[in-house]
Amino acid sequence: MKHTISVLLQNKPGVLSRVTGLFSGRGFNIESLSVAETMEKGVSSLTLVTGGDDNIIEQITKQLHKLIDVIKVTDISETDNVEREMALIRVKAESTTRAEVLRIADIFRARVVDVSPRSYALEITGTNDKIKAVTELLKPIGIQEIIRTGTIAMTRASKKP
Amino acid sequence: MKMTGTQAFMQCLEEENVETIFGFPGGAVIDLYDTIHQQDKIHHVLVRHEQAAVHAADAYARVSGKVGVALVTSGPGATNAVTGIATAYLDSIPVVVFSGQVPTALIGNDAFQEVDIVGITRPCTKHNYLVKEAKDLVPTIREAFHVARSGRPGPVLVDLPKDVMASIIDFPVKTPVKMRTYKPTYTPHPGQIEKACKAILAGKRPVLYIGGGVILGNAHEELTDFARKLGIPVTMTLMGLGGFPGTDPLSMGMLGMHGTYFANMAVAKCDVLIAVGARFDDRVTGKIDAFAPHAKIIHVDIDPTSISKNVEVDIPIVAGCKEAMTQMNKWVDSREIDLEAERTKLAPWHDQIKDWKAKHPLGYVDETDIIKPQFVIQKLHELTQGEAIVTTEVGQHQMWAAQFYHFNHPRTLITSGGLGTMGYGFPAAIGAQMAAPDRMVIDIAGDGSMQMNIQEFATAMQERLPVKIALLNNNYLGMVRQWQELFYDKRYSATPMEVQPDFVKVAEAYGAVGLRATKPSEVVPVIKEALSTKTLVLMDFVISREEGVFPMVPAGKATTDMLLV
Repeated sequence: MKHTISVLLQNKPGVLSRVTGLFSGRGFNIESLSVAETMEKGVSSLTLVTGGDDNIIEQITKQLHKLIDVIKVTDISETDNVEREMALIRVKAESTTRAEVLRIADIFRARVVDVSPRSYALEITGTNDKIKAVTELLKPIGIQEIIRTGTIAMTRASKKP
Repeated sequence: MKMTGTQAFMQCLEEENVETIFGFPGGAVIDLYDTIHQQDKIHHVLVRHEQAAVHAADAYARVSGKVGVALVTSGPGATNAVTGIATAYLDSIPVVVFSGQVPTALIGNDAFQEVDIVGITRPCTKHNYLVKEAKDLVPTIREAFHVARSGRPGPVLVDLPKDVMASIIDFPVKTPVKMRTYKPTYTPHPGQIEKACKAILAGKRPVLYIGGGVILGNAHEELTDFARKLGIPVTMTLMGLGGFPGTDPLSMGMLGMHGTYFANMAVAKCDVLIAVGARFDDRVTGKIDAFAPHAKIIHVDIDPTSISKNVEVDIPIVAGCKEAMTQMNKWVDSREIDLEAERTKLAPWHDQIKDWKAKHPLGYVDETDIIKPQFVIQKLHELTQGEAIVTTEVGQHQMWAAQFYHFNHPRTLITSGGLGTMGYGFPAAIGAQMAAPDRMVIDIAGDGSMQMNIQEFATAMQERLPVKIALLNNNYLGMVRQWQELFYDKRYSATPMEVQPDFVKVAEAYGAVGLRATKPSEVVPVIKEALSTKTLVLMDFVISREEGVFPMVPAGKATTDMLLV
């Protein structure tokens, strides 16, 4: 099963290599990875998507926690959460298909970020499923290039007042 | 106080009460060696290969309980140290390795003797550092020692660029190391202690399965107290030997691939298995599904990743072994438990173990005209009253040492258990003797392993160390040969050592003493002579060539499927 794991870590040289080395060395899989700074200076947040049964996920979270530079590990999938990915998609848009591309973009609330006489570049944000759905629809029209970010995720706040 | 980086380095070592370091000089550490030359508080042992420096530091740590320190130069000096570092990592030994590095301005330039040793050792150190700025030097060294010795110990590497060491710094006042992200758990959860104790008392067939954590955590007294109080039989992993007295009636000896028949049977049939500071290694468990299949498993370990890694655990206790055993003793002591009745309750279980032991005791067939390796170990045990510090290389001799030298004290078997590093024992004996100058130190070796760090004769002679080497010489890479005999139709591929040095002459060439025994009757006189000689002695025992180590659990088989002869 897929798990999204959020790791808060000290932003020291080589820290990303410690994380990825742990995964390759122990035979765990990384499906996507996304890293950026946080509000706190010197602290980064890393979100990764991985797969495996409960034992593997337990080992992954424990092993991550064991890394000296890691501050906190959360299995976001175990919580009520919001997950997002972004994709930039350049799709063929010739006179016959320009309107269709814009219609699809509209339905998925994608934005046109670049226009040329023969193509549109769309920016789309959403869950992994939504990105998949829109790419499936655009494929027959002709996707020229697609760049995707890894998943980022956040636990939803408590709804209790 | 203003000083150079190299002076600050020496001051840090003094702060950590380091007395001995093992190393080998080179261009990137020449300034450090210049400073070492100008002081006399810290003794530097010049090894002949960097691998040996780390093994010696590692053994020094195992014997003394302190952090071992090695110093190597950049590039090949550092890469030579990697096997030593990995050895320490797999056995959780506190070692700090300092490597020289090219000046910061040259890092990444493929400079002469440059290698990314921090990158190379990332997966085989507990943590490692590259000191890029002079102001970080002292805090990094302090943190390195703290990380190496605390929690589950392990090797830490600190890479020191030449310019950083040459710069002038302000030596900061010592304050306790505080790390935001690293706080090992020593104290057990009281609820888990209670659960564990209740499960143990409810059991009819309990077994204590103890590993190196008991020794590293100095928990042997608490553990021995607990086992004797409740009359629980104890089995040790290779790393756990000495954590409980091997001659105690409750001891079942080692378990696993070359464990005793009765230890493996007891684990297979027990109803409560109490694992303390052990990690369910494949050489111990054999086929996982058949390992303690009927038991409720309690696991005490300071490292949460060890728990439920290989075998699902019923009652996990994340804690230091000493703290956990202390709390378990307290729990039992504070309740009105009739200990006599508890021990009596286990009588049928002890009878069963006795039956197994009577059926297949640990043994070998003695012969009159050829030396049996097990006989040599037995005689070594007798003639040293079991009080020597024994280091080993890796292979058959290592297993015979584990089986027949009944270790009664912690920190007396110094062996590469996890990584299985051939060539470990001799440099380890050097480190052990440096840590315990008044103890008898014996390296039990094989002819294959001996040649992997044979250059260390020079180191031992230079330091005038009276180390004894008991070489069990069968002219084979014996353990691999044994596998080939049993599982590869006796196709002895690359295991006969067709060319061998005359080990007695090798010893003599270095100015040491070489003795040889070719007949059983010569064994005792040779050992006696070696033990009474006040210098380095190599004893070359020409042993029965195709002797095997038994019992043996074939790899991947259940531990009850033992080959007994």
